Amino acid sequence: MSVASLFGLCAAGLVGVGLYGLIVLSHPLRKIISFNVMGSGVFVLFGAVARRGAAAGFGADPVPQALLITGIVVAFSATALAVALVVRLIEATGSATLASEAPPRADLDVRRD
Amino acid sequence: MTATPDGLLLVLAVLVPFLGMLFGLVLGGRHAERVAQLTLVLGLGVALATAGAQQRSGNPLVYLLGGWAPPLGIALRADGLSVVMMLAVAVIIFGIGVYAHGDYSTAPGAPEARAPFTFWLLLLAVWGSLNLVFVGGDLFTLYVALELLTFAAVPLVCLDGRGETLRAALRYLLFALSGSVLYLLGAVLLYGAYGTLDITLLAGHLRPEPLAWTAAALMTVGLLAKTALFPLHIWLPPAHAGAPAAASAVLSALVIKGSWFLVVRVWFDVMPNVVTLPAAQLLAGMGATAIVAGSVVALRQERLKLLVAYSTIAQIGYLFLMFPLAFDAGGGGLVHGAALTGGLLQALSHATAKAGMFMAAGLVYAAVGHDRIVDLAGVARAMPVTVLAFGVSGLALMGVVPSGAYLAKKLLLDAAADSGQWWWTVVLQVGAAFTAGYVVLVLVHVLRRRPEPVPLVARVSRLGEFAALGLAVCSLALAFSALGPLPDTLITNPLAPAELGTTLLVCLGGALLAMGLARRSLFASAPGGNAARERPLRRAAVAAGVAFEQGDALVRRWPAAGIMLLTLAALFAWLLAAP
Repeated sequence: MSVASLFGLCAAGLVGVGLYGLIVLSHPLRKIISFNVMGSGVFVLFGAVARRGAAAGFGADPVPQALLITGIVVAFSATALAVALVVRLIEATGSATLASEAPPRADLDVRRD
Repeated sequence: MTATPDGLLLVLAVLVPFLGMLFGLVLGGRHAERVAQLTLVLGLGVALATAGAQQRSGNPLVYLLGGWAPPLGIALRADGLSVVMMLAVAVIIFGIGVYAHGDYSTAPGAPEARAPFTFWLLLLAVWGSLNLVFVGGDLFTLYVALELLTFAAVPLVCLDGRGETLRAALRYLLFALSGSVLYLLGAVLLYGAYGTLDITLLAGHLRPEPLAWTAAALMTVGLLAKTALFPLHIWLPPAHAGAPAAASAVLSALVIKGSWFLVVRVWFDVMPNVVTLPAAQLLAGMGATAIVAGSVVALRQERLKLLVAYSTIAQIGYLFLMFPLAFDAGGGGLVHGAALTGGLLQALSHATAKAGMFMAAGLVYAAVGHDRIVDLAGVARAMPVTVLAFGVSGLALMGVVPSGAYLAKKLLLDAAADSGQWWWTVVLQVGAAFTAGYVVLVLVHVLRRRPEPVPLVARVSRLGEFAALGLAVCSLALAFSALGPLPDTLITNPLAPAELGTTLLVCLGGALLAMGLARRSLFASAPGGNAARERPLRRAAVAAGVAFEQGDALVRRWPAAGIMLLTLAALFAWLLAAP
């Protein structure tokens, strides 16, 4: 099995683990980490694609490498935004959970200013 | 591929909002609004110039970044579809900017606050990202644009900083991220097989094979998660209902259209010959389910903003009805024809009308201090322009002549008749009746008379009211701006008895649905009537409504939504593979 195929299979495993965590785990921080695992899987797949496209003296196709660096930056910003939201949520409510509170009572349903 | 001379306008269309955002960030505080207003005018000018240039030349405008042509470089491409969406977005954002002046302006001498500053900057960021979505010419640029759009939209949900809205924003972000990573996975697979991500080049290379089916299924499902098509709408109701009014207008009218536009791009321009009719039927089937489920749950809502949010879910279903109707009878692939025009008109009329509706709902909330529907009696007397805006938006969504939704419905009905898919005709008419239902529900309550005048908590700005009315009237008059010549047989006489009769039937059907399904009976004079004395038909209808609500609550949990994601991806792949 070539190196690229091995990395491809590893990528598939990472995507699977990440997707499982994103869906099943309930704490938002765990969901964020699962998203990162899944994103890493996609980037490893991109890298394997780049390795398979090696030609003309290059070790790997440069275009996917550029794209995956951009992807890493995007995933990093997404993680930063998500973590900031979790921190703010803990400051505002005291706990970080995605489950909704009980539906608000009608007499409390007044606009605050 | 060569660049066209007017291609620079595309760069301007993307850059102007982002430069405005940067200037606003640097100048800070109260100046952000001034910078935003200036950018609104400039951006509208750029959109008009782009539309004019594209109409004159008749060909898509192309700009090659750095002068390098694909497959090595990146192209920005604007065809008729892009240009119309850019223009519509520019007009709607202008309207929202006018409306938001009331909520988010900083008076001279008043201390600067974070919410207005953030709102104006994020409005520009959403605009720039949307323009990039419309003109991006390859799948990776579109991925970046999609992520920019999500990052700009998420903070808009939690502008007021309450715990509830922060939770809604986090849920939105996480679900949207899972959608975009699925999209990226599809794009990576396509690059691996075909060596390019540019849309026109890829369309030439794509063949119906297992890899193309997998990539198509992953990308479609990822984009549907971001568009909140039922049953992947886990994040939408709390996010849109919790956001402030101007932000809800942006989220509902515009942000949703970004990922919808990408589904259209991928299906119509990248894979027109790979997608099959069964897969398109699944997409439209999900749309039909969205219309029914979203409307029924909307009728059961107690709060106005939640009702409008669920009506958004229903209207999103409408956007996907055009896919099976756009298949070419002979060739068997998707074509840019009347069905696509109908879908586009539906998107535009929904965007304008929904913006107007959310703005009107926000004005009511601000004026009365709450948005409980049953307690809104007397609001029509106190705020006639606002209620008029809400009513006109509702009429426009229902598809009354001469709204854009009416023309869209005609085009789609024509396409359905041509291709022999009669069941979509039924869906379209029933959907219009459901829309009429919740509009009737709200109007009945606000038009009710109250012995003493309704206590107003705050005065609302006239400018805001007229901005909402302006956008609603835009939606109602959209049919006048017909896109290109219409076939003669399409609209014979809109005021003919047959047409009016259909409209009347739709309104009647809607009224019946509202009477049956609303939480509080429409004719109860005092709240809290005796439930046991209600007639059996009403009890059955209420039971059905409650069942829909519980089903919706069940689907809107993470495990259920996750399983739906995977099941839909598998279903799409299987239906694409069917010969």
